[in-house]
Amino acid sequence: MNNIRGGARMRLTALVRKEFLQIRRDPSSIAIAFLMPFFLLVLFGFGVSLDADHLPVALVAESPSLDTADFLASLEGSHYFAAHYARTMHEAEQDLRSGKINAIVHLRANFAAGLRQNDGTPIQLIVNGVDANTARLTQGYVQGVWANWLARRAQSRGQELQMPVQLVQRVWYNSEVKSRNFLVPGLVAIIMTLIGTLLTALVMAREWERGTMEALLVTPVTMTEILLGKIIAYFTLGTGGMLLSVGLAVWLFDVPLRGSFWLLLACSSLFLLAALGMGLTISTLARNQFVAGQVAIIGTFLPAFLLSGFIFDIDSMPSVVQFITHFIVARYFVSIVQTLFMAGNVWSVVLPNVLALALLAALFMGITWKKSRKRLE
Amino acid sequence: METLAILQAADLVKTFAGRRVLDGVSFTIRPGVITGLIGPDGAGKTTLMRLAAGLLVADSGSIHALGRDSTLDSLSVQALMGYMPQRFGLYEDLSVQENLQLYADLQGVPEPERAGRYQELMHMTGLAAFTGRLAGRLSGGMKQKLGLACTLVRAPELLLLDEPTVGVDPVSRRELWVIINRLVQEQGMSVLISTAYLDEAERCQEVILMHEGKILMQGAPDRLSAPMTGRTWAVTVLDKKLRDVQAELTGHVVDALVQGDHVRLVTAKNSTVEALRALPGLESAQIKAVAPRFEDGFIDMLRAKSSLRRTRLTDMPALNVAADSLPVIQVEQLKRSFGSFRAVDGISFQVKRGEIFGLLGANGAGKSTTFRMLCGLLPASSGSLRVAGLDLRVAASTARSRIGYMSQKFSLYGSLSVTQNLEFFASAYGLSGQARKRRLIWALDEFELEKQADQLSSDMSLGYKQRLAMACALMHQPEILFLDEPTSGVDPLARREFWQRISALARSGVTVLITTHFMEEAEYCDRLAIMAAGRILAMDEPAAIKARAQTLENPEPSMEDAFICLVQQATQMKDST
Repeated sequence: MNNIRGGARMRLTALVRKEFLQIRRDPSSIAIAFLMPFFLLVLFGFGVSLDADHLPVALVAESPSLDTADFLASLEGSHYFAAHYARTMHEAEQDLRSGKINAIVHLRANFAAGLRQNDGTPIQLIVNGVDANTARLTQGYVQGVWANWLARRAQSRGQELQMPVQLVQRVWYNSEVKSRNFLVPGLVAIIMTLIGTLLTALVMAREWERGTMEALLVTPVTMTEILLGKIIAYFTLGTGGMLLSVGLAVWLFDVPLRGSFWLLLACSSLFLLAALGMGLTISTLARNQFVAGQVAIIGTFLPAFLLSGFIFDIDSMPSVVQFITHFIVARYFVSIVQTLFMAGNVWSVVLPNVLALALLAALFMGITWKKSRKRLE
Repeated sequence: METLAILQAADLVKTFAGRRVLDGVSFTIRPGVITGLIGPDGAGKTTLMRLAAGLLVADSGSIHALGRDSTLDSLSVQALMGYMPQRFGLYEDLSVQENLQLYADLQGVPEPERAGRYQELMHMTGLAAFTGRLAGRLSGGMKQKLGLACTLVRAPELLLLDEPTVGVDPVSRRELWVIINRLVQEQGMSVLISTAYLDEAERCQEVILMHEGKILMQGAPDRLSAPMTGRTWAVTVLDKKLRDVQAELTGHVVDALVQGDHVRLVTAKNSTVEALRALPGLESAQIKAVAPRFEDGFIDMLRAKSSLRRTRLTDMPALNVAADSLPVIQVEQLKRSFGSFRAVDGISFQVKRGEIFGLLGANGAGKSTTFRMLCGLLPASSGSLRVAGLDLRVAASTARSRIGYMSQKFSLYGSLSVTQNLEFFASAYGLSGQARKRRLIWALDEFELEKQADQLSSDMSLGYKQRLAMACALMHQPEILFLDEPTSGVDPLARREFWQRISALARSGVTVLITTHFMEEAEYCDRLAIMAAGRILAMDEPAAIKARAQTLENPEPSMEDAFICLVQQATQMKDST
């Protein structure tokens, strides 16, 4: 018996060594594991931003005065806007239609007069609503600038602005409201989905395609050993990719890591097991690199991108789609990573998600194990 | 106690997608001998091998290897046997040594035994100098030997080799047989080797002949050839092309093959020289009895089973082209490199109208690359290339309309029926309306495809696919026909039929350029070029090429002998410079 055990260890070591040799000689897996995280992080860290910044806005003042100039100055002073004067409303509407500007702030001829009245004066705001998100942001920011301007003006005149309730805003967890802080941790989950699923989906199918599986199967090696060999190798690679992403997030993008690093590592390992399980399931069923690659991207990577809450908030999805997101493994991990990075060790978030990850990991590993027999059919 | 059966099958049945790949197969093989599993592609050889190795489960019946049930007890069967799959099972991005070590680990070879074993295997396979090289960079023959070494890393009691000699050059093929023979003689190993080459049957002590999922015969190879005694003849007719002699033969002829300087004839019954001379066309022939071969018996057996007529030569109408003496294909110093690799390294040849010109060489010799350039599918790196008088660099598409091309993979649309395939290829070459209809009727009739007209091409047997592919290539009546390994894997009957058609085409004025790795097929060619490593080693008529290998010990060398001799001469030249 001891002899057989020793044989098993020898076989497993041999399989793991083989995987690493192949990884080392095949630049594509290295690229997916290390270059891809780098590019995705740089792209999302520097390139993609969900924040409003320098929104082009036109200001139309029917009768320019000191007041209108002062208000425009405060719009210009905000980094949210790139404001400019339009001479007529017609001209501004042209610009809005051609997409040069996002919004028009219209100050009527009675603006200055109205300011001095007790019940105040209205301003007109026209927003291009095609991109609903930006429209809402523009609307909110203009309102903010307007409220600030009124308050400052009142203060400078020694008046008390009459408002029944004062709204004092505090943003928690991401006080600078930088979308990068929220995107970068989510990316860790996406990257690990890629490494875990896409790479394993391809490598198992490759063994079938190149006919090496047939040769492996006639040796005393067991299917469990073949699977373990793959899992160990790609688990290591995936952990490497994860550490790289976390390192870049913390040191290159200054995203705070408020929770425990070790808890993050533990959760990542669990997620990686689930992702590896998905990859192995796909590749065991597909046995063809092209099909496996397609299924891995369409079935796991895209959903992880769209339905995990990485960019798009799950709570604002229709209930049917929300239901579907429960089957997306990345969803649970995105939630854990974002919490650990931004909020800290919030156990009430981490624990239920960890449980879900554990269940899914067990499910996929179970399917793979059941479906891979030492047969060619 | 009787001698233990090393491999025993009882009434094995295996179906794939409704097709009976194995149809009630029973056999027993003896220990300590080489048993050949022989038959054309699709006979069920690989399925049988996989069942024996416990990789597949039979629908019914049983198979026992080394006294254990291959299906129920597959792990322990696998621990005792060695199995080399058709594609060798090598990791191409691992080096020779790394592959060997991987399989030693997987097979549980104890550490102390390894160094000696590696050395022995590397010496036996001649790979000792290449242990650091990546397996993917080895030649076909070396890959095959490495595959064998990996299979043998823990000496198995039973060795299964699935078509190890396919696509490998004749030198490597011969070397492999030497290795296998030594394993059997020195270590008493039992070997089951499958092959589609009938001439390899005679190298086995015992053969199992398979055809369409059934065993036709089992026993010593001479059991098949012995009954043919008195029925095999060598025929020559003065002043007549051998191919024409062959084509015009009628009567009780089972088989007629051009073989060097004579036509090899197999008659349906015992015959005499006098009786044969009575046949039309053979009145003035020289006729000599020759020894029967394994293949003769096989053909005889297949003929008895199938209703296929041997000859059906409605002579193709002669092309109304001027019988000029200008070469139809002219290749001058043709080169093609892929990166630093020279696939074709300066070859020149000319082909005349109505000639059958063969390119003979192992996989990787540069045949297919040459072909692609001739068809205008691949630009040449340098050199000139004229087909049908057109320079391929400027008029590739005009030239292509005068070329028919049939590739190794037959390039048929599997989900289209026979008729639809024919129509598609006709349209692709610009035929429409009545012209297309006429060609379609011609193709269905000429290639005897009427019955299969509505069948999907993917459901047809390989032999029929080959017929259809050739019909497709001929729809636009090309004056030049390119055939890239057209006979790979089809059974010997289909291959003979195929060559009859080719001869008929050539007689009607079509120029045929063909590649093959079947040495004996080279005999059909008017002239042939032997290629190795991108160069032409020799170019001549088949008989003249064979004559070069003539020695005192071997007065009648085969094409394979000649090939090996040429390759060895070339290597010696390279070594001495």
